[in-house]
Amino acid sequence: MRLALPVAVIASSCAIVGAFLGLALPTNIVQICLGGTIVGIAILLLVSKNVERPQVPKQDPIGAALGMHGSYVEYTGELVHWKTHRTLPGLFLFILIGVMAGMFGLGAGWANVPVLNLLMGVPLKIAVGTSKFLLSITDTSAAWVYMNQGCVIPLMAIPSIVGLMLGSFVGVRILAVAKPKVIRYLVIGVLLFAGLRSLWKGLGL
Amino acid sequence: MPTEMETPKEQVLYANILFYGCWLGILIMVVTYILYISGLLTPYVPLEKITQYWSQPVSQYVEGAGIPLGWGWVALVGKGDFINFLGIVLLAGLTILCFLTLIPAYLAQKEWVYAAITIVEVLVLILAASGVLVTGAH
Repeated sequence: MRLALPVAVIASSCAIVGAFLGLALPTNIVQICLGGTIVGIAILLLVSKNVERPQVPKQDPIGAALGMHGSYVEYTGELVHWKTHRTLPGLFLFILIGVMAGMFGLGAGWANVPVLNLLMGVPLKIAVGTSKFLLSITDTSAAWVYMNQGCVIPLMAIPSIVGLMLGSFVGVRILAVAKPKVIRYLVIGVLLFAGLRSLWKGLGL
Repeated sequence: MPTEMETPKEQVLYANILFYGCWLGILIMVVTYILYISGLLTPYVPLEKITQYWSQPVSQYVEGAGIPLGWGWVALVGKGDFINFLGIVLLAGLTILCFLTLIPAYLAQKEWVYAAITIVEVLVLILAASGVLVTGAH
């Protein structure tokens, strides 16, 4: 919670701005930007090392002041302690993430996880869990904007929401027992698929 | 070997509200969707017309179908399509409710920074939900 709240305020405020940007830009431009970004992040995750449990030798003053540290129990029973570093650049990046989340009208887990994990040094499981929590806040602010603009078509929206939510309940249970390496490759695979599909649509191929 | 950890009470309350609220939202959405697609409630925009708007810009859908902006949908909540907004609004509103429960918890713990962050978040979400921020779309 302490990791998520400061990030959530930044991202959800910027998601409102992003939602209006997304509504103003042509659809194909949004899809190309989205696809390019997701593929770029998938490649970044693929080539980067030490993402399951990043080494954080010393916490930075901002992270310490905000109490961004904690512990969790691995599926093996091991107690893992974690703390953040590079907190300020991480928080600045969430401005961009918030705008993009609102603009693209979809969850920014693909961006939350790498920033929390690769930049701020949060273990992958904590990054994924925090990202999931963040989505409920960031995307809510953007969702209100889209809804108020008359952009929600119930015929499509309701099955999507129900399907996503039921899928999430299953996913969270799998996360608790899954091996971090498996999660990593799953995330990369899903990102590549989503990114290439968006690029494909945006380029009109 | 540790097997479980203590979670702060306010966090558990937040999670419980979100968890049960989500299931309630799913239930409401399933029921209202059945009412919609079964034709038991007449939709504001006929189903056969909806598919024609899918590939068009938002502005054409809003203007062509006469979709109300902001909270204007409330007046049409008796229609098969707009009754579905009840579940969506519940889900979107849950976050605000959850954050409201955090404020007294952080104030009681004298966690002033986190209390302030939570208050700002509530204000941001209320602003987004209010419908004040409404402009034209492409």
